[in-house]
Amino acid sequence: MQIETKYAGVLNIEEDQIIHFPYGLPGFQEEQRFLLMELPDGGLFQVLQSVETTGLAFVVASPYPIMKDYSVNLDEAVQEVLQIKKPEDVAIYGIVTVKDPFSKSTINLKAPLIININKRIGKQQILNTDEYATKTPIIKGDA
Amino acid sequence: MLVLGRKINESIKIGDDIEIKIIAIEGEQVKLGIHAPKSIDIHRKEIYLDIQRENDAAAQMPANFLELLSQNKQDT
Repeated sequence: MQIETKYAGVLNIEEDQIIHFPYGLPGFQEEQRFLLMELPDGGLFQVLQSVETTGLAFVVASPYPIMKDYSVNLDEAVQEVLQIKKPEDVAIYGIVTVKDPFSKSTINLKAPLIININKRIGKQQILNTDEYATKTPIIKGDA
Repeated sequence: MLVLGRKINESIKIGDDIEIKIIAIEGEQVKLGIHAPKSIDIHRKEIYLDIQRENDAAAQMPANFLELLSQNKQDT
């Protein structure tokens, strides 16, 4: 199928590349199908593009290069919803709020995206902890 | 909005699957116990709204984001 993306024009994708978010994301409940795209020269950063809405795309990144001891406790309920059977099923991303200059951008570590990369199901999980912030600086000491 | 009065240890049922019980009342603070299916997320409203706002902000990505990213690379 063809989808029109915010940053990479029209792409031809296979149905099995789509990641399903059965609950959408808080604030975007209707958006349930996304494509995780690499950026040319994106480094740490990838784009989560809505399949339905061209204008809706989030910058995402793995939290670990930003906070190396970041940890998420996936309770039974999440494991069930995402059909997670083993640790290798899981990929974790934080949504980045991009600022100008880019070094002022923040990443949401309070509500990471949990994705079963094998089943291609995802969910934004709000963590029951005050340890992580919605606006964690992507560059340390540059908040 | 439906308004119901309840005492300690009394509950309300929402549909077949959800029960909310008044566990304790201490001054202005009320403790609730909630039974709900695992597929239902339960959050303090202010936290949920905070996440919603952050998602909204993240969706308003600057149009020149790719440029910002590549500038950032040159700077570092």
